Amino acid sequence: MAMLEEPSCPGFVFDNVLRNQHLLAKCGGGSQADAAASSTSALPRAKKTGTTIVGCVFNGGVVLGADTRATEGNIVADKDCSKIHYISDRIYCCGAGTAADTEMVTRQISAQICLHRLSTGRLPRVITAKQLLKDYLFRYQGYIGAALVIGGVDYQGPHLYSVAPHGSVDCAPYITMGSGSLAAMAVFESRFKPDLDQGQAVQLVRDAILAGIFNDLGSGSNVDVCIIRQDGVEYLRPYLRANEKGQRAAVYRGGKPAVLRTDRRPVLADIISTRIIRDSGAAQAAGETPMET
Amino acid sequence: MSFIPFELKQELVAKDTMEHARGGFSPYSMNGGTLLGIAGNDYCLVASDTRLCEADYYMIYSRRHPHIWQMTPSVLVGGVGFQGDCLTFMKMMQTKVKLYQYEFGRSPDTSAIAQMISIALYNRRFFPYYVYNMVAGLDAEGRGALYTYDPVGNVERALYRAEGNASAILQPFLDNQIGRKNQGDVAGPGDLALPKEDAVKLAHDIFISAAERDICCGDGVVIQVVTAAGVENYNYQLRKD
Repeated sequence: MAMLEEPSCPGFVFDNVLRNQHLLAKCGGGSQADAAASSTSALPRAKKTGTTIVGCVFNGGVVLGADTRATEGNIVADKDCSKIHYISDRIYCCGAGTAADTEMVTRQISAQICLHRLSTGRLPRVITAKQLLKDYLFRYQGYIGAALVIGGVDYQGPHLYSVAPHGSVDCAPYITMGSGSLAAMAVFESRFKPDLDQGQAVQLVRDAILAGIFNDLGSGSNVDVCIIRQDGVEYLRPYLRANEKGQRAAVYRGGKPAVLRTDRRPVLADIISTRIIRDSGAAQAAGETPMET
Repeated sequence: MSFIPFELKQELVAKDTMEHARGGFSPYSMNGGTLLGIAGNDYCLVASDTRLCEADYYMIYSRRHPHIWQMTPSVLVGGVGFQGDCLTFMKMMQTKVKLYQYEFGRSPDTSAIAQMISIALYNRRFFPYYVYNMVAGLDAEGRGALYTYDPVGNVERALYRAEGNASAILQPFLDNQIGRKNQGDVAGPGDLALPKEDAVKLAHDIFISAAERDICCGDGVVIQVVTAAGVENYNYQLRKD
């Protein structure tokens, strides 16, 4: 019998759209949002990092900053998650959006950059990482929910880019992304000056992240900072503990649920082979004579 | 009150619902807030956080907004949900309390207010006030009386209860610590009522924990305790992020 040949047609294949719509209809919701809200059998909701991430260029390099809160709806999923990802020795990338997407997309590109470095024998350029990321995200048409701030230093000097989930790119001396981007951008817009030194840049990044932490419900906990210069990287995690946990007055006893019934049953099995492991020391300590085979 | 024919009202609600389904106008929003109530032998405690927010937009409106209103010198009402409805509903209830005072020359007692709120909520059965209420006062015998509601007026007198945004975090803890649920190795129920000082401490501690995990809960906590002597106030700070 001849094998069915897969039809080859140029461009995108949208067959799965129909399948997805069918599945969603079966789950009992019209749209995905409805289904997620109403039905337990709807598509699982991904963990989003409602986030503040920023980047800022100074006269000797780039500073990246991030908060450390990950949320699932209104609940804080992780109070100290890491949002500044490694790409190469002089390139790092902050991620906002769906946690799994930011993690995987940066890992993927980090591996590609590493292979590229090995095959060319040159230090990777920031623009290369940016181009790989935007191509990857554009190919998935926004379904990979990663909003990124890429910063790094190469032979041409410091560079800073942002990549939106659909693949559009911005290049600017200061950049903010995530749900806290407005609060953080307000700080940059009021205080940024060209040709900052490292101390000023770090201070500005810190204050921008703090604005996000305190004014955006999706951002919180600590400030992480990554300073990238030609001569090295300082990854400060945490750079600042912006929020301390309150002191509770008492320690609360949990107790154990009551055991209502105990039922012991022997495991029924046919003994096929037996092996005795000699452990004379333990057997003697237990007051038994060592067993011999 | 203006009169809207029932058919027209239904039409309006249906239109809202349809627009909502298309992602358009929605008459309600959730503005955060968490309530906690504990009834004791000679007091009734009600506590709330002081953050007012719009969770869908990750936005804080106010950091100093307790969700508790005073109805009479010895009855407090907590309300969380849609802030517009909270304000309107509380204003309406305070007006009704005033009318009662003019008519009878005394303040309504806790059970009267509890009943009034239930009826007022059920009057709007098909376009409800989006408010989760909690009434705290003392009953005729001087014991703590705590009444809790859903937005359409179901009322229940309880010993302890959490309502609002972080209620799912608070309630199991209350069940365990005050209700002694799932503590099989501890002696049976007996008197569940806590001493007043313990209740205040527990309320503070529980809000510290809720602020850790609920993004809508934070900034501060207000604990108000109704006793025969009057209302006691306790204010504490919570984390601000």
